[in-house]
Amino acid sequence: MSALRMGSVLATGLLLGCVAYWSWPARPAKAASLKPDGERHAAPDFVLKDADGKTVRLSDYKGKVVLLDFWATYCGPCKIEIPWFMDFERKHKDQGFSVLGVSMDDDGWDAVKPFVNDVGINYRVMVGNDSTAEMYGGIDALPTTFLIDRDGKIAAVHVGLTSKSEIENAIEQLLQKPAHPAGGSGRVSLPAELVGAR
Amino acid sequence: MWAQGNQYLTAEASQKLVVKRGASAEAKIAVSVQPGFHVNSNTPSDPYLIPLKLTWAPGGALEAAGPPVFPKPQMEKYEFSDKPLSVFTGDFDLIAKLKAPAGASQGPGIMLGKLRYQACNNNSCFPPKTVEVRISYQIQ
Repeated sequence: MSALRMGSVLATGLLLGCVAYWSWPARPAKAASLKPDGERHAAPDFVLKDADGKTVRLSDYKGKVVLLDFWATYCGPCKIEIPWFMDFERKHKDQGFSVLGVSMDDDGWDAVKPFVNDVGINYRVMVGNDSTAEMYGGIDALPTTFLIDRDGKIAAVHVGLTSKSEIENAIEQLLQKPAHPAGGSGRVSLPAELVGAR
Repeated sequence: MWAQGNQYLTAEASQKLVVKRGASAEAKIAVSVQPGFHVNSNTPSDPYLIPLKLTWAPGGALEAAGPPVFPKPQMEKYEFSDKPLSVFTGDFDLIAKLKAPAGASQGPGIMLGKLRYQACNNNSCFPPKTVEVRISYQIQ
């Protein structure tokens, strides 16, 4: 077989292999981004203030599925996702679901309050700080979205703009599972001074 | 807030500036944005976006003779935006306008500035950061 023919056969084989991989029916569904139960770690608890000055603790959401969104007003991809999250809040809040938005704007409420009012965000928004970011692995890219299961464990992390259907599928899967009877919240409680609001 | 961490932009004055006392001069600052990233221009298209901004530290012998000159921004469309955004990408130059006061001491020095920027790629944004800008000069 000539080198040219050999190359052609190899290239065809590679192409067919790629086609088979991408069209393989058993390829996992998008919502399979959820971690298996055994690989989930407790979501660190935090204490922050919302726009009304009320204290928000993640541990207050024990038994609920929580979408925790780190975002900022200067972040274009975050602004694509926020209306999706408002939609999720409307559709799923009665099933034990809540969205919590943690803004990482340097200018704090001066930047965040006008934006929240302009957009009419229907879920609780807080202003985060370095401690909050560090607790969640040192958030750098925005948006970063955590899905927290009813046991208070991180079931999925999405960095950057993702697809609405992927997140919603994951939320629906999490909502179908009751909290583990012996699991408690599983959340780590840190001293308030480490996680205090600005 | 936030650790400075990775930088997505570099800024460097290309050559030593020689200025006579009482005169003005322009310093070219070469800026380079990492491939795949963009930074908002000095005149972003959305009030929530953070502009590219050059400021000078006080105390040097030189002083600003006017606002810096930015190139014409690019209007780029991204997956996350309905409208094109006013941005800078790749390599471009800023022109800093400086002057040496009539009573300035002769000799060498360094003008220190900060370039504040906020970068994004096609699906994520990153916290605002600053890079130091150093312009070496000689006052004659």
